[in-house]
Amino acid sequence: MAEFLIGLGLPGWVAWSIAALVAAVLLLNVIAGGALVFIWAERKIAARIQDRLGPTRTGGRFGWLQSLADGIKLLAKEDLMPEGADGLLFRLAPYVSFCASFCAFIALPFAFDVVGQRLNVGVFFVVAVLGLEVFGVILAGYASASKWSLFGAMREAAQVVSYEVPLGMCVVVPVMLAGTMDLVTIGEKQAGWMSSWYLFHDPFTFIIFWVYVTCAVASVNRAPFDLAEAESELVAGFHTEYSGLRWSFFFMAEYGSMFLVSGLAAVLFLGGWNGPVPVARLLGFSDGTGESAAYVVRLVGLANLMGKATLGVLFMMWIRWTLPRLRIDQVMTTCLKYCTPIAAVMFAGAMFWQLFLPGGLFPGWGRPAGEIREGWLEGPGGLPAAASPAEDRSSTVTGGDPVERAGLATRSPR
Amino acid sequence: MTGMLDMDIIDISTLTHVVPPLATTLAALPALPIAGINWHSVLFLLFAGLACGFAIAVVAADNVVRMALYLVFSLGATAGLFFLAGAEFIGAMQLMIYVGGTLVLLVFGVMLTAQAPLVSIKPSSSDRTLTAVAGASLLSLLLTAAFSVDAWRGPGVGVVPAPSATPLGMALVGVRVDEPPAGTPVGGRVGYMLPFEIVSVHLLVVLVGAAYLARAKRRRTPRPIDALASAMPVETVATAAPVATMAPTGRSAGGAKSALVGGGR
Repeated sequence: MAEFLIGLGLPGWVAWSIAALVAAVLLLNVIAGGALVFIWAERKIAARIQDRLGPTRTGGRFGWLQSLADGIKLLAKEDLMPEGADGLLFRLAPYVSFCASFCAFIALPFAFDVVGQRLNVGVFFVVAVLGLEVFGVILAGYASASKWSLFGAMREAAQVVSYEVPLGMCVVVPVMLAGTMDLVTIGEKQAGWMSSWYLFHDPFTFIIFWVYVTCAVASVNRAPFDLAEAESELVAGFHTEYSGLRWSFFFMAEYGSMFLVSGLAAVLFLGGWNGPVPVARLLGFSDGTGESAAYVVRLVGLANLMGKATLGVLFMMWIRWTLPRLRIDQVMTTCLKYCTPIAAVMFAGAMFWQLFLPGGLFPGWGRPAGEIREGWLEGPGGLPAAASPAEDRSSTVTGGDPVERAGLATRSPR
Repeated sequence: MTGMLDMDIIDISTLTHVVPPLATTLAALPALPIAGINWHSVLFLLFAGLACGFAIAVVAADNVVRMALYLVFSLGATAGLFFLAGAEFIGAMQLMIYVGGTLVLLVFGVMLTAQAPLVSIKPSSSDRTLTAVAGASLLSLLLTAAFSVDAWRGPGVGVVPAPSATPLGMALVGVRVDEPPAGTPVGGRVGYMLPFEIVSVHLLVVLVGAAYLARAKRRRTPRPIDALASAMPVETVATAAPVATMAPTGRSAGGAKSALVGGGR
């Protein structure tokens, strides 16, 4: 993008700034537009699960303009602040939450090399930044000068800090299988048919995926883990005192995080931008067929990843409207007595599986080991040598050629 | 099928003809003084200024929670500095450990104690003097040390290859992939596996110890009220069932034990 602008005759810094702005605005639109769509979807899904119709009138047939109407209503609401509140922290808290959610999107790839900033430690960055969202919640709870808010914030703090442990363990498994923390490379290593997804790599990864789902739902504070805003106990939890646009920032942060953990699950376990069937590859669009083919491949990849992440969000909604809320001790028990040990055992299991059965149960069958790679692009924009298609899958864990591994350090500028 | 789309969608040369006004306008911008700025330095100064400014704000603030917030911003700006320097792993580590873990716990602790005497902290003048002397001496020591490194005095050497997490991780498990410095004896370049393992075991011991200290002493046959009490805040439990939460410290261990024996059997 920046190179293209430089080609137009722009000076370098203007080109880089414009490229960065475009990426930032696109990401912002993913969060804001996604929130609009998902709020409507949540209303419809909740209604259907409860045998209702949900919004039907606003905007025509399915009430698909309902979120927009909600947004306008929120804009017009009065901006209230409690008397005893800490004004600065109260005003700041929603933005802290939203910024954390937004920053994590920077490192999430949406298709091969379609990523805000390709980081060498992408997984780690996303998990680290996602954990910061709780800070806004704590500030909101403290600054609101309300007991409900404080209770909600404290529950949230305890919950998020606890669930980061099993979440980190789950995330480590695909990192171990891929031999890198670069999200783009991790996604690219699962190219091919559905069987090369890490979800189906071995039984341990299949189980740990569901542990990840549990922890992800808990870490984005959704039901049945929504202790921080338990309506029946705490009015609305940490955002009891918020109204109008500030409240909607919390809402956008929540939906942004939901989309983020779903996207992360898609990249780590569900093949990323590689569809269940390598459609683009079978149709002949792939490496070496020109620049336009690369665009087609990336568009297909984008659709794949968006579809998977959306499915993940819909799954969370399904869970939310199906399961009852857990008590706080049950939440902690789930984390410390079930999720963490299961994740640890599965981690060890996946490690030994990779050590002893690197080719799977039936070597040479079902896992093409990188012959079919959708979205793969060689050449100047492609990956460095460490992730070349010819690389043996098993060599990535034991380290492979150290020099080749170090080749990952050279980042392709974007 | 492959040949059908085998052409360039966007030809740059044609586009420059289409949009000359914008391009010429923006191309004239280098004439302004703004174009000569080293943007890396500007960003560095920005992040460094943020870090220092919020660090001073931590000292100047008198509310514990606001201090914590400023500390978060200061540490976050430091993480930005790491990212700017290309040390992504350390930057993410900074976010994870300092900004995320420590400060969430800090705020968590602060909120439990943020009662009236702690909402506004006014240190006495002797405290101020003492901390000023200690801080100033530490700062002067750091500055002297930093300025005594010759390599850091001149301008930067430009783009250096960004070290990634991979060589770091490889070195931790015993494989060094970086270039050996001149004069290294053969066989003298081992990784950091032993220190890594020592630290890991040490942390594990700390973890187990913390879990042991924090766990509630249970009766042999927990009654329903105890199960309920263990889910309640500590103060409530301490008044309701002192035996259940008595920490195994040296002072109270004897009393707890005798009470346990007396009550349990």
